[in-house]
Amino acid sequence: MLRYANPTRFMQLSGALLPWFAGASIALLAAGLYLGFTAPPDYQQGDTVRVMFIHVPAAWTAMMAYGLMAVASLVGLVWRHPLADVAAKSAAPLGAVFTALGLITGSLWGRPMWGAWWVWDGRLTSFLLLLFLYLGYMALWNAIEDETRAARAAAILALVGAVNLPIIEFSVDWWTTLHQGESILRSGGPLISTVFLLPLFAMALGYTFLFFTLWMIRIRTEILVRRARSLMLTGEA
Amino acid sequence: MSALLLRDIRLSTRAGGSAMLALAFFAAVATLVPLGVGADLRLLARIAAGVLWVAAVLAALLALDRLFQADFEDGSLDVIALSPLSLETTSFAKIVAHWLTTGLPLTILSPLLAVLFGLPASATLTLLISLLIGTPAVSAIGAIGAALTLSIRRGGLILPLIVLPFLSPAVIFGAGAVVAVLDGLSNGALVFLAAFSFAACVLSPFATAAAVRLNLGS
Repeated sequence: MLRYANPTRFMQLSGALLPWFAGASIALLAAGLYLGFTAPPDYQQGDTVRVMFIHVPAAWTAMMAYGLMAVASLVGLVWRHPLADVAAKSAAPLGAVFTALGLITGSLWGRPMWGAWWVWDGRLTSFLLLLFLYLGYMALWNAIEDETRAARAAAILALVGAVNLPIIEFSVDWWTTLHQGESILRSGGPLISTVFLLPLFAMALGYTFLFFTLWMIRIRTEILVRRARSLMLTGEA
Repeated sequence: MSALLLRDIRLSTRAGGSAMLALAFFAAVATLVPLGVGADLRLLARIAAGVLWVAAVLAALLALDRLFQADFEDGSLDVIALSPLSLETTSFAKIVAHWLTTGLPLTILSPLLAVLFGLPASATLTLLISLLIGTPAVSAIGAIGAALTLSIRRGGLILPLIVLPFLSPAVIFGAGAVVAVLDGLSNGALVFLAAFSFAACVLSPFATAAAVRLNLGS
């Protein structure tokens, strides 16, 4: 992995991968949406069950984004690779958007199913806190002018967050109410029938590829911005 | 370390220090709540623990942004960093000093405010214990945020945003323990609060020291 810490090599690799990732995400999202709309209505939830196909993958992707951001922060902090800093920085806004998407779609799903836009349930509350963690991370990054300092401060914050997330999750689960428990990755097999699982996994993969596509674009843009800035600085000197 | 501790305590208790301000802020916030939600004592007793916990966290945050920033601005932080004490020890001393000047006074004042909220005596005792073991976590986690934002001129606004999500377990367990007593239930919230607080106090000096180090550029 460290071989690709070289920005030039990363630009080559990501440039070659980008069209494939973008294509995969479009194909998977299209297939997932098609399967999602042709799946039979749920016997209890009716057509609203289709919200699941855009809600659950958004939540998964949001958590994956935090994990990747924390790993990139750790790599940046330990090995001092600027590329890892850039990767962590670029993951945060994407993670925040997926978190917000999960919260909004969940709210739209909760209204017909639970009869409320929002309930102070463990899962919902911890996700709202995740959004605040992302916002705090981005705010800290933007507030410090020196780029390497900002990167290291934000990395420390991301790692403290990574330690704390399970605790927050656990503590808010203290008052469990409406959100259902784990129904897919459980011992004894998933509780959801295959007609729903298939579009769900297609959408989950599609979201994942979408995230990686956008992530690579953001990293590439950041590298180009930094190159342009250093070119301008050397041009003036 | 004790010299540093005494210095920090003196600085925050003398004129212009933050300790009394935080205490007054705590009382003022707690007074505003009944004005907002009405004077029904049954309702107030129910929400007392939550209100006092939130007020205590906010009051402690108020005193936090000067924890390192004042020393950073007048250069004494550089001197402290050059001293034979490790930055981890320094951070721990600062956390202890912050707790002794905000967390502990808040805890001592809280039974008085609990009386104003009509909280029964048994629940008040639990509130006192929960604040006593929970507020060190507020100081410890807050110190990480204070160290991360010490070079930011308007860090006072970012600090609550990055620290508050991390403090949610303390508020949940602290207020939850009191509500459990009100409902006549037994639960392990106090034990979890103690575990959370202990872990925060042990781990925080390392993160805090790392944050101070990077801001001093060494």
